[in-house]
Amino acid sequence: MAKFSRKGKKELQAISTASLPDIVFMLLFFFMVSTTMREVTLMVRTNLPFATEVTKLEKKSLVSYIYVGPPMLQYQAKLGTEPRIQLNDSFKTLGDIRDFISSERDAMKEDQRPLLTTSLKIDQNTRMGIVTDIKQELRKASALKMIYAARRKE
Amino acid sequence: MARRVPEVNASSTADIAFLLLIFFLVTTTMNVDTGLARMLPPMPEKNQKQADVEVKKRNIFPVLINMNDKLLVRGEPMDAMFLREKAKEFIVNPNNDPNLSEQDEKDIPLIGKYRVSKGVISLQNDRGTSYNMYMEVQNELVAAYDELRNNLSRSLFGKPFDKLTQDEQDAVSKAIPVRISEAEPKNVGGK
Repeated sequence: MAKFSRKGKKELQAISTASLPDIVFMLLFFFMVSTTMREVTLMVRTNLPFATEVTKLEKKSLVSYIYVGPPMLQYQAKLGTEPRIQLNDSFKTLGDIRDFISSERDAMKEDQRPLLTTSLKIDQNTRMGIVTDIKQELRKASALKMIYAARRKE
Repeated sequence: MARRVPEVNASSTADIAFLLLIFFLVTTTMNVDTGLARMLPPMPEKNQKQADVEVKKRNIFPVLINMNDKLLVRGEPMDAMFLREKAKEFIVNPNNDPNLSEQDEKDIPLIGKYRVSKGVISLQNDRGTSYNMYMEVQNELVAAYDELRNNLSRSLFGKPFDKLTQDEQDAVSKAIPVRISEAEPKNVGGK
Protein backbone atom coordinates (compact mmCIF):
# COMPACT_ATOMS: atom_id res chain seq x y z
CA MET A 1 0.00 0.00 0.00
CA ALA A 2 2.78 2.35 0.91
CA LYS A 3 4.42 1.55 -2.38
CA PHE A 4 1.23 2.46 -4.16
CA SER A 5 0.88 5.86 -2.57
CA ARG A 6 4.51 6.71 -3.39
CA LYS A 7 3.84 6.06 -7.01
CA GLY A 8 0.92 8.45 -6.92
CA LYS A 9 3.12 11.17 -5.46
CA LYS A 10 5.71 10.70 -8.20
CA GLU A 11 3.20 11.54 -10.90
CA LEU A 12 2.47 14.85 -9.28
CA GLN A 13 6.09 16.00 -9.50
CA ALA A 14 7.38 18.69 -11.84
CA ILE A 15 7.72 18.07 -15.58
CA SER A 16 10.73 15.95 -16.32
CA THR A 17 13.60 17.84 -17.88
CA ALA A 18 15.37 14.67 -18.91
CA SER A 19 14.69 15.33 -22.61
CA LEU A 20 16.23 18.78 -22.46
CA PRO A 21 19.80 17.49 -22.88
CA ASP A 22 18.63 15.54 -25.91
CA ILE A 23 17.28 18.67 -27.54
CA VAL A 24 20.43 20.58 -26.75
CA PHE A 25 22.60 17.75 -28.01
CA MET A 26 20.62 17.76 -31.23
CA LEU A 27 21.37 21.47 -31.65
CA LEU A 28 24.98 20.82 -30.72
CA PHE A 29 25.39 18.14 -33.36
CA PHE A 30 23.75 20.37 -35.94
CA PHE A 31 26.27 23.11 -35.28
CA MET A 32 29.17 20.69 -35.15
CA VAL A 33 28.28 19.26 -38.54
CA SER A 34 27.22 22.40 -40.35
CA THR A 35 30.11 24.65 -39.36
CA THR A 36 33.68 24.29 -40.35
CA MET A 37 36.54 25.22 -38.13
CA ARG A 38 38.90 27.76 -39.58
CA GLU A 39 41.72 25.64 -40.90
CA VAL A 40 44.42 28.22 -41.34
CA THR A 41 45.41 30.97 -38.98
CA LEU A 42 45.40 34.18 -40.93
CA MET A 43 48.73 35.91 -40.90
CA VAL A 44 47.73 38.66 -43.28
CA ARG A 45 44.88 41.09 -42.96
CA THR A 46 42.33 40.46 -45.68
CA ASN A 47 39.73 43.15 -45.67
CA LEU A 48 37.70 41.97 -48.64
CA PRO A 49 36.16 44.40 -51.12
CA PHE A 50 32.41 44.60 -51.65
CA ALA A 51 30.55 43.50 -54.76
CA THR A 52 26.93 43.07 -55.75
CA GLU A 53 27.17 40.36 -58.39
CA VAL A 54 28.68 37.72 -56.15
CA THR A 55 28.16 34.01 -56.54
CA LYS A 56 28.27 31.51 -53.72
CA LEU A 57 31.17 29.16 -53.54
CA GLU A 58 29.89 25.60 -53.42
CA LYS A 59 31.88 22.48 -52.58
CA LYS A 60 34.59 23.74 -50.30
CA SER A 61 36.71 20.64 -50.88
CA LEU A 62 37.43 21.85 -54.40
CA VAL A 63 38.68 25.24 -53.31
CA SER A 64 42.18 26.29 -52.41
CA TYR A 65 42.83 29.69 -50.93
CA ILE A 66 45.46 32.30 -51.57
CA TYR A 67 45.57 35.15 -49.08
CA VAL A 68 47.16 38.45 -49.94
CA GLY A 69 47.37 41.48 -47.70
CA PRO A 70 49.52 43.41 -45.26
CA PRO A 71 50.93 41.17 -42.48
CA MET A 72 49.19 41.17 -39.10
CA LEU A 73 50.59 43.46 -36.40
CA GLN A 74 52.82 40.86 -34.75
CA TYR A 75 54.68 40.19 -38.02
CA GLN A 76 55.01 43.78 -39.10
CA ALA A 77 58.24 44.40 -37.24
CA LYS A 78 59.89 41.69 -39.31
CA LEU A 79 58.10 41.98 -42.63
CA GLY A 80 56.84 45.53 -42.88
CA THR A 81 53.42 46.49 -44.15
CA GLU A 82 53.76 45.66 -47.83
CA PRO A 83 51.19 43.08 -48.96
CA ARG A 84 52.43 39.51 -48.72
CA ILE A 85 51.16 36.18 -49.96
CA GLN A 86 50.04 33.53 -47.51
CA LEU A 87 49.58 29.92 -48.58
CA ASN A 88 48.40 27.45 -45.95
CA ASP A 89 50.12 28.53 -42.75
CA SER A 90 53.15 30.49 -43.86
CA PHE A 91 54.30 33.47 -45.87
CA LYS A 92 55.31 32.49 -49.37
CA THR A 93 56.59 34.12 -52.50
CA LEU A 94 55.22 34.13 -56.03
CA GLY A 95 57.39 31.21 -57.07
CA ASP A 96 55.76 28.93 -54.49
CA ILE A 97 52.30 29.26 -55.99
CA ARG A 98 52.90 26.66 -58.66
CA ASP A 99 54.08 24.08 -56.13
CA PHE A 100 51.14 24.95 -53.93
CA ILE A 101 48.65 24.40 -56.77
CA SER A 102 50.20 21.10 -57.78
CA SER A 103 50.18 19.83 -54.20
CA GLU A 104 46.55 20.88 -53.87
CA ARG A 105 45.84 18.99 -57.07
CA ASP A 106 47.58 15.88 -55.80
CA ALA A 107 45.47 15.94 -52.66
CA MET A 108 42.29 15.76 -54.71
CA LYS A 109 40.61 12.79 -56.32
CA GLU A 110 41.59 12.22 -59.91
CA ASP A 111 38.19 12.98 -61.40
CA GLN A 112 37.81 16.19 -59.46
CA ARG A 113 41.12 17.75 -60.39
CA PRO A 114 39.84 19.83 -63.31
CA LEU A 115 37.30 21.39 -60.97
CA LEU A 116 39.94 22.96 -58.74
CA THR A 117 38.97 26.53 -57.99
CA THR A 118 41.35 29.07 -56.55
CA SER A 119 39.84 31.65 -54.28
CA LEU A 120 41.84 34.85 -54.06
CA LYS A 121 41.29 36.56 -50.74
CA ILE A 122 42.91 39.88 -51.33
CA ASP A 123 42.86 42.96 -49.14
CA GLN A 124 41.08 45.84 -50.81
CA ASN A 125 44.00 48.23 -50.47
CA THR A 126 46.42 45.97 -52.32
CA ARG A 127 47.89 47.28 -55.57
CA MET A 128 47.09 45.34 -58.74
CA GLY A 129 50.75 44.55 -59.48
CA ILE A 130 50.96 41.60 -57.10
CA VAL A 131 47.47 40.43 -58.10
CA THR A 132 48.46 40.34 -61.75
CA ASP A 133 51.61 38.38 -60.91
CA ILE A 134 49.53 35.83 -59.00
CA LYS A 135 47.14 35.53 -61.93
CA GLN A 136 50.06 34.91 -64.26
CA GLU A 137 51.36 32.18 -61.93
CA LEU A 138 47.93 30.57 -61.86
CA ARG A 139 47.82 30.60 -65.64
CA LYS A 140 51.22 28.94 -65.74
CA ALA A 141 49.97 26.30 -63.31
CA SER A 142 46.85 26.04 -65.52
CA ALA A 143 44.56 26.58 -62.57
CA LEU A 144 42.21 28.70 -64.61
CA LYS A 145 39.07 28.53 -62.54
CA MET A 146 39.26 31.28 -60.00
CA ILE A 147 37.13 33.49 -57.85
CA TYR A 148 37.82 36.93 -56.45
CA ALA A 149 36.53 36.69 -52.91
CA ALA A 150 34.22 39.59 -52.09
CA ARG A 151 31.58 40.46 -49.58
CA ARG A 152 28.01 40.91 -50.68
CA LYS A 153 26.85 44.49 -50.79
CA GLU A 154 23.11 45.02 -50.49
CA MET B 1 5.79 19.87 0.13
CA ALA B 2 8.91 17.82 0.42
CA ARG B 3 10.32 16.87 -2.96
CA ARG B 4 12.06 13.58 -3.35
CA VAL B 5 14.57 12.85 -6.02
CA PRO B 6 13.36 9.76 -7.77
CA GLU B 7 16.37 9.14 -10.02
CA VAL B 8 19.84 10.48 -10.80
CA ASN B 9 19.57 14.19 -11.38
CA ALA B 10 19.97 14.76 -15.12
CA SER B 11 19.50 18.49 -15.13
CA SER B 12 23.25 19.16 -15.18
CA THR B 13 23.60 17.27 -18.46
CA ALA B 14 21.70 20.11 -20.07
CA ASP B 15 24.17 22.59 -18.65
CA ILE B 16 27.12 20.63 -19.96
CA ALA B 17 25.51 20.33 -23.36
CA PHE B 18 24.71 24.05 -23.37
CA LEU B 19 28.30 24.81 -22.55
CA LEU B 20 29.50 22.75 -25.49
CA LEU B 21 26.85 24.29 -27.72
CA ILE B 22 27.90 27.81 -26.83
CA PHE B 23 31.54 26.89 -27.38
CA PHE B 24 30.78 25.71 -30.90
CA LEU B 25 28.52 28.67 -31.57
CA VAL B 26 31.31 31.05 -30.68
CA THR B 27 34.30 29.31 -32.21
CA THR B 28 32.85 28.34 -35.56
CA THR B 29 32.03 30.73 -38.30
CA MET B 30 29.21 30.11 -40.71
CA ASN B 31 31.06 31.93 -43.41
CA VAL B 32 29.65 31.40 -46.84
CA ASP B 33 32.37 32.28 -49.28
CA THR B 34 31.18 34.62 -51.94
CA GLY B 35 32.99 36.28 -54.77
CA LEU B 36 33.19 37.04 -58.47
CA ALA B 37 33.90 33.88 -60.42
CA ARG B 38 36.10 34.30 -63.48
CA MET B 39 38.02 32.10 -65.87
CA LEU B 40 41.61 32.95 -66.71
CA PRO B 41 42.73 32.55 -70.31
CA PRO B 42 45.11 29.61 -70.80
CA MET B 43 48.79 30.32 -71.32
CA PRO B 44 49.77 30.39 -75.00
CA GLU B 45 51.86 27.42 -76.12
CA LYS B 46 55.56 28.13 -76.28
CA ASN B 47 56.19 27.19 -79.90
CA GLN B 48 52.91 28.59 -81.06
CA LYS B 49 53.09 32.07 -82.43
CA GLN B 50 50.40 34.20 -80.99
CA ALA B 51 47.97 34.84 -83.79
CA ASP B 52 46.61 38.32 -83.69
CA VAL B 53 42.89 38.12 -83.65
CA GLU B 54 41.51 40.86 -85.78
CA VAL B 55 38.80 42.68 -83.97
CA LYS B 56 37.23 45.72 -85.50
CA LYS B 57 37.67 48.89 -83.54
CA ARG B 58 33.93 49.39 -83.12
CA ASN B 59 33.67 45.99 -81.44
CA ILE B 60 36.09 46.84 -78.67
CA PHE B 61 35.01 48.60 -75.51
CA PRO B 62 38.27 49.58 -73.85
CA VAL B 63 38.18 50.27 -70.14
CA LEU B 64 41.40 51.61 -68.73
CA ILE B 65 42.14 52.18 -65.05
CA ASN B 66 45.20 54.21 -64.21
CA MET B 67 47.36 54.23 -61.11
CA ASN B 68 45.20 56.91 -59.52
CA ASP B 69 42.08 54.77 -59.91
CA LYS B 70 40.68 56.99 -62.66
CA LEU B 71 38.66 55.39 -65.42
CA LEU B 72 39.01 55.97 -69.14
CA VAL B 73 36.21 54.38 -71.15
CA ARG B 74 36.39 54.56 -74.95
CA GLY B 75 38.75 57.49 -74.66
CA GLU B 76 36.63 59.47 -72.24
CA PRO B 77 37.09 59.82 -68.50
CA MET B 78 34.11 58.39 -66.68
CA ASP B 79 32.81 57.67 -63.22
CA ALA B 80 32.38 53.99 -62.32
CA MET B 81 28.70 54.70 -61.64
CA PHE B 82 27.91 55.09 -65.33
CA LEU B 83 30.00 52.19 -66.55
CA ARG B 84 27.21 49.62 -66.29
CA GLU B 85 24.76 51.53 -68.50
CA LYS B 86 27.45 52.35 -71.05
CA ALA B 87 28.53 48.72 -71.26
CA LYS B 88 24.96 47.54 -71.68
CA GLU B 89 24.33 50.07 -74.41
CA PHE B 90 27.51 48.97 -76.15
CA ILE B 91 26.60 45.28 -76.05
CA VAL B 92 22.96 45.56 -77.07
CA ASN B 93 23.29 48.44 -79.53
CA PRO B 94 19.53 48.80 -79.99
CA ASN B 95 19.66 51.43 -82.72
CA ASN B 96 22.46 49.89 -84.78
CA ASP B 97 24.77 52.76 -84.03
CA PRO B 98 27.89 52.34 -86.22
CA ASN B 99 30.06 53.32 -83.24
CA LEU B 100 28.79 50.54 -81.00
CA SER B 101 29.25 46.78 -81.29
CA GLU B 102 28.27 44.80 -84.39
CA GLN B 103 25.46 42.30 -84.16
CA ASP B 104 25.44 38.90 -85.74
CA GLU B 105 22.15 37.13 -86.31
CA LYS B 106 22.38 33.55 -85.09
CA ASP B 107 19.97 30.69 -84.72
CA ILE B 108 19.94 29.55 -81.11
CA PRO B 109 17.94 26.54 -79.85
CA LEU B 110 15.00 27.48 -77.60
CA ILE B 111 15.32 31.14 -78.56
CA GLY B 112 15.39 31.23 -82.34
CA LYS B 113 16.97 34.06 -84.23
CA TYR B 114 18.83 36.42 -81.97
CA ARG B 115 21.22 39.27 -82.63
CA VAL B 116 24.37 38.17 -80.84
CA SER B 117 26.78 40.98 -80.07
CA LYS B 118 30.33 40.73 -81.33
CA GLY B 119 31.48 43.25 -78.75
CA VAL B 120 34.43 42.57 -76.48
CA ILE B 121 35.08 44.50 -73.30
CA SER B 122 38.78 45.00 -72.90
CA LEU B 123 39.90 45.78 -69.38
CA GLN B 124 43.34 47.11 -68.76
CA ASN B 125 44.73 48.26 -65.47
CA ASP B 126 47.96 49.65 -64.18
CA ARG B 127 50.12 47.81 -61.68
CA GLY B 128 49.45 50.66 -59.29
CA THR B 129 45.66 50.41 -59.52
CA SER B 130 44.05 49.54 -56.21
CA TYR B 131 42.35 46.17 -55.90
CA ASN B 132 39.25 47.88 -54.60
CA MET B 133 38.82 49.91 -57.78
CA TYR B 134 39.58 46.91 -59.94
CA MET B 135 36.88 44.90 -58.20
CA GLU B 136 34.41 47.77 -58.51
CA VAL B 137 34.97 47.89 -62.27
CA GLN B 138 34.85 44.11 -62.62
CA ASN B 139 31.64 44.09 -60.64
CA GLU B 140 30.04 46.73 -62.87
CA LEU B 141 31.00 44.83 -66.01
CA VAL B 142 29.74 41.50 -64.68
CA ALA B 143 26.59 43.30 -63.53
CA ALA B 144 26.02 44.66 -67.03
CA TYR B 145 26.10 41.15 -68.49
CA ASP B 146 24.01 39.74 -65.65
CA GLU B 147 21.32 42.37 -66.12
CA LEU B 148 21.15 41.74 -69.85
CA ARG B 149 20.86 38.01 -69.27
CA ASN B 150 18.18 38.51 -66.66
CA ASN B 151 16.19 40.78 -68.96
CA LEU B 152 16.34 38.25 -71.78
CA SER B 153 15.41 35.36 -69.49
CA ARG B 154 12.45 37.29 -68.11
CA SER B 155 11.12 38.21 -71.54
CA LEU B 156 11.56 34.69 -72.94
CA PHE B 157 10.85 32.39 -70.02
CA GLY B 158 9.35 34.70 -67.43
CA LYS B 159 12.01 33.81 -64.85
CA PRO B 160 15.33 35.33 -63.80
CA PHE B 161 18.46 33.71 -65.21
CA ASP B 162 19.44 31.68 -62.17
CA LYS B 163 15.97 30.08 -61.95
CA LEU B 164 16.13 28.70 -65.51
CA THR B 165 16.84 25.08 -66.37
CA GLN B 166 20.30 24.14 -67.58
CA ASP B 167 19.26 24.07 -71.26
CA GLU B 168 17.62 27.46 -71.03
CA GLN B 169 20.64 28.88 -69.24
CA ASP B 170 22.92 27.57 -71.97
CA ALA B 171 20.72 29.16 -74.64
CA VAL B 172 20.73 32.53 -72.89
CA SER B 173 24.48 32.30 -72.35
CA LYS B 174 24.91 31.70 -76.04
CA ALA B 175 22.75 34.69 -76.90
CA ILE B 176 24.67 36.95 -74.52
CA PRO B 177 28.18 35.59 -74.09
CA VAL B 178 30.35 37.22 -71.43
CA ARG B 179 33.36 38.61 -73.23
CA ILE B 180 35.65 40.43 -70.88
CA SER B 181 39.25 40.29 -71.97
CA GLU B 182 42.03 41.42 -69.70
CA ALA B 183 45.11 42.83 -71.29
CA GLU B 184 48.53 42.70 -69.67
CA PRO B 185 48.78 45.60 -67.28
CA LYS B 186 50.90 48.62 -67.91
CA ASN B 187 53.50 49.72 -65.46
CA VAL B 188 53.33 53.47 -65.33
CA GLY B 189 53.19 53.84 -61.58
CA GLY B 190 56.48 51.97 -61.25
CA LYS B 191 55.34 49.89 -58.30
